[in-house]
Amino acid sequence: MKESRARYLMSMGLACAAAAAWLIPYAWMVVTSFKTLPEIVADPTAPLPKHLDGGAYREVFATIPVARYMGITIFMAVAIAALQIGLALPAGYALAKLRFAGKRFAFGVVLACLLVPAQATFVPVFLLFAKTHVVNTMTALVLPFAASALGTFLVRQALMSVPDEIIEAARMDGAGELTIVYRVLAPMLKPTLVSLFLVSFVFHYNDYFWPLVMTTDDSVRTLPLGVALLREQGTGVRWHIVMAGNVVLSLPVLALFALAQKHLVRAVGARS
Amino acid sequence: MNPRARWHPWAMLGPTLALLVTFFVLPIGVAAVGSLYSWDLLTPPRFVGTGNYRALAAHGELLHVGLRTLGYSALVVTGTMTIGLGLALLLDRPGRFFGFVRASVFSAYVVSWVAVALLWMWMLDGNSGVVGKLLRVLGAPAVSLLGDPGWALPALAIVGVWKLTGYSMIVFLAGLQGVPRALLEAAALDGAGAWNRFRHVTMPLLAPTAAFVATTSLVTSFQAFDVVRIMTQGGPARATELFVYAIYEQIFLDLSVGKASALTVAFFVLLLAVAGLQLRVWRARGEAR
Repeated sequence: MKESRARYLMSMGLACAAAAAWLIPYAWMVVTSFKTLPEIVADPTAPLPKHLDGGAYREVFATIPVARYMGITIFMAVAIAALQIGLALPAGYALAKLRFAGKRFAFGVVLACLLVPAQATFVPVFLLFAKTHVVNTMTALVLPFAASALGTFLVRQALMSVPDEIIEAARMDGAGELTIVYRVLAPMLKPTLVSLFLVSFVFHYNDYFWPLVMTTDDSVRTLPLGVALLREQGTGVRWHIVMAGNVVLSLPVLALFALAQKHLVRAVGARS
Repeated sequence: MNPRARWHPWAMLGPTLALLVTFFVLPIGVAAVGSLYSWDLLTPPRFVGTGNYRALAAHGELLHVGLRTLGYSALVVTGTMTIGLGLALLLDRPGRFFGFVRASVFSAYVVSWVAVALLWMWMLDGNSGVVGKLLRVLGAPAVSLLGDPGWALPALAIVGVWKLTGYSMIVFLAGLQGVPRALLEAAALDGAGAWNRFRHVTMPLLAPTAAFVATTSLVTSFQAFDVVRIMTQGGPARATELFVYAIYEQIFLDLSVGKASALTVAFFVLLLAVAGLQLRVWRARGEAR
């Protein structure tokens, strides 16, 4: 079907409007972060800062330990994503390839857990962690997510299409079961595993809810919490500082998105 | 295939099952038991039977929290689906420019809720926000959207739509790949205009995708917490107190473990209802394939 020129131009116009609706807020965040407090007070909606002032960024780094929070956040997100994959592989293998009594039950548990979000479990889990003095530790942030129902399910689905002969051949060669799972099958599932890792990393890097309810002090505070605190601290809201914090928080995921856009988009699109 | 040893499957599943049961299955049971007690974390728990549920129902709190959550979800789901479908149809074209626009819209889905909530809070700020300024220039009455009990919830929903539209757009784009070009071309040859092609070819083929987006977005919006905690803390006048925030408030601000547990159980029942709906939709979709 050939499109008429007028229709094509109209699509271009609408697409530009869509781009503006999503990019102008980002631009506004960056613009605000380079302003000074007097500028914002004098004219809060001035479209451009008078000159690029890095004061807000210096203030962010002076108010919260950005490097430490960022380190905690990245460590947590990587630990969760790595554990999820490490555990999902053998579990998915057992569910996809091995014959044993109780398999339907085990698969049922995994499927049921797909329906339960952390928001429905945090009250009992918090009480458990409070009793065992685990609140405010990395364990409280990582352990509840170390196993992923979704990850196990997706690995199982991917392994279903791997022919049994490959596993039988590996067994003939004398490979142990764990060697088969991690050395033979894992490389074959690379696209699935990369998507899983990225989606999990981004989700937990961004997560605000769980670190908020599982921490009461500074010891394992994550960056999203630290940035949200920028708004609550001090007298009067200093939006240029909050927006600078926002830029610092968003840049790593936006950079990752730019680098791995295909994987992230496919992970979301393919799940349907 | 047979396992090499009978214990192998359970050893491989063990860690996963143990963690899932500990952190996702048992907590629901613990909450159900805890909801029958009155406990402030300091003095010993006291058995009150259905007292917590009755107290929550008596003040209409449970009903209001439920309705508010449904209202927010309805706005977010209809908003993201309409705009997401529109953008998918608009941007399903080759070329770098359209790819760039797709990435721009989707990027909001990747960025933290914290960043999105803080950014929109600044833009919606009553005195110095750009949105207010824009509205004043257009001659609309000056209201502080987040400070107005009638506007606060729709304002949060707008933020939710901005954040989540990229998700529905991507899923709709994936669905559009399943609409055969040949079918659309045949319809065009038969003289069907753009609207009729959409109405009679694309839309029926996209119905299963739409059902998928609807149910997953519904579950996501039920869990909304970050926007509330950061932008309004449930206010003004409780207008934005959604389910998860209500649970959070009960345990961390009111130190009422029993009521928090009762709300958790109610929240879980609501999620089960959505899951039932989801299952029916997915089954229908499986049959349609």
